[in-house]
Amino acid sequence: MSKKESPIKTIVVAVVLSLVCSVVVSFAAIQLKPKQELNKELDRKRNILIAARLLEQGGTQSEIDELFKQVETKVVDLSSGEFIEPPKGFNQRKFAKDPKTNKVLQGQEDIAGIKRRSQFANVYLVHNGDELDTIVLPVHGYGLWSTMYGFLALEPDTKTVVGFKYYEQGETAGLGGEIENPTWLSQWPNKQVLNEQGDPVIKLVKGSAQTENQVDGLSGATLTSNGVENTLHYWLGEDGFGPFLERVRAGEI
Amino acid sequence: MAFDKQEAKSVLFSPIFNNNPIALQVLGICSALAVTSKLETALVMSLALTVVVALSNMLISMIRKQIPSSIRIIVQMTIIASLVILVDQVLKAYAYEVSKQLSVFVGLIITNCIVMGRAEAYAMKNGPFMSLLDGLGNGLGYSVLLIVVGIIRELFGSGELLGYTILPSTANGGWYETNGMLVLPASSFFIIGFLIWALRAWKKDQVEDKE
Repeated sequence: MSKKESPIKTIVVAVVLSLVCSVVVSFAAIQLKPKQELNKELDRKRNILIAARLLEQGGTQSEIDELFKQVETKVVDLSSGEFIEPPKGFNQRKFAKDPKTNKVLQGQEDIAGIKRRSQFANVYLVHNGDELDTIVLPVHGYGLWSTMYGFLALEPDTKTVVGFKYYEQGETAGLGGEIENPTWLSQWPNKQVLNEQGDPVIKLVKGSAQTENQVDGLSGATLTSNGVENTLHYWLGEDGFGPFLERVRAGEI
Repeated sequence: MAFDKQEAKSVLFSPIFNNNPIALQVLGICSALAVTSKLETALVMSLALTVVVALSNMLISMIRKQIPSSIRIIVQMTIIASLVILVDQVLKAYAYEVSKQLSVFVGLIITNCIVMGRAEAYAMKNGPFMSLLDGLGNGLGYSVLLIVVGIIRELFGSGELLGYTILPSTANGGWYETNGMLVLPASSFFIIGFLIWALRAWKKDQVEDKE
């Protein structure tokens, strides 16, 4: 018993155990990394396709890869709306955290409650022959508890919604979490998110939507609904994809 | 190690009803509240916890004679944490959708009192095989409760089971008015409370003495 308790023995046990555990954990993490990356990538593509209404649900890897061939991935400089060469290691979420590549949003500016955003953003263009068919924009904003990530697909007029899809959120399950409900999302197509001047006008209303600028809010989830509205107003506005959408309307893309 | 079939059986099965970790010992409640709004997440969480508690019990029991008692809790934690990370990584690789829904709760298995409790109370004193059985038994006890709560919450909260519609809800054009309270975590408090009541009405010896 005395041997079991000696300080040297204690240190040896601690060191050996830590070594063994760290080797096991890092080995597993490295071995499984490619598979996990693949899953993430597949999930992103799937959600873009669902937003653009090229895919209903699910889809196997080969189906998704086949469908995704129609989709062109571009990077946009949000301030000018110009396409740029994708910066090295571009990842919108990482860039949003890096002071060199982000823009800090203050007070009035920050209607989506995201505090900082990347200076560059992905856009996904779906072509039908040579014609631009659909533009898919990644959007995110704060709801009640969480940042909600989604894809908004627009027609080339940049006003009409093709489809909308939320794919990551931590809102109250069953209430705000219903933003992921396909039934709720299915009322978005053909809504007009911008007015003639190109300003965001989409509203989430209590009760039933009356006009093409309105969408039914989620009952029992007013703050989440506000979050969705703010998210769209931010990303479709001047500080978001506004300049880019203007270029699309001018026929420059 | 003498192997007693009778004892093995009791170690494996008694945690399910006679000594249920959630219902009798009231451990591991936090995750039971959080992941039971759908049956699928409850199932995956049950599986994850059962794997972790069984393996951690076995591993800790294997090295129990080498563990200096001054650092035994940290040693147990390290082993448990490593196993939980493994499980989390495997889920992310092979069950991505579910792992997204379970989010932090898989990681929080590390702090689940059942795992630590079994390591300290059983695995430190018994052989590896019996500890493995004890871990499996307690994992099953946790699973049974989680699955029952998951079924009740998903069926009456959203009218579905495993995503298949059982009671067509009014939101989707059916007749069933879903019970919004059941999708909120607080409802599992009531459900677990009622289950404990039912269990103790059935097995009177679990009723605690009046103080």
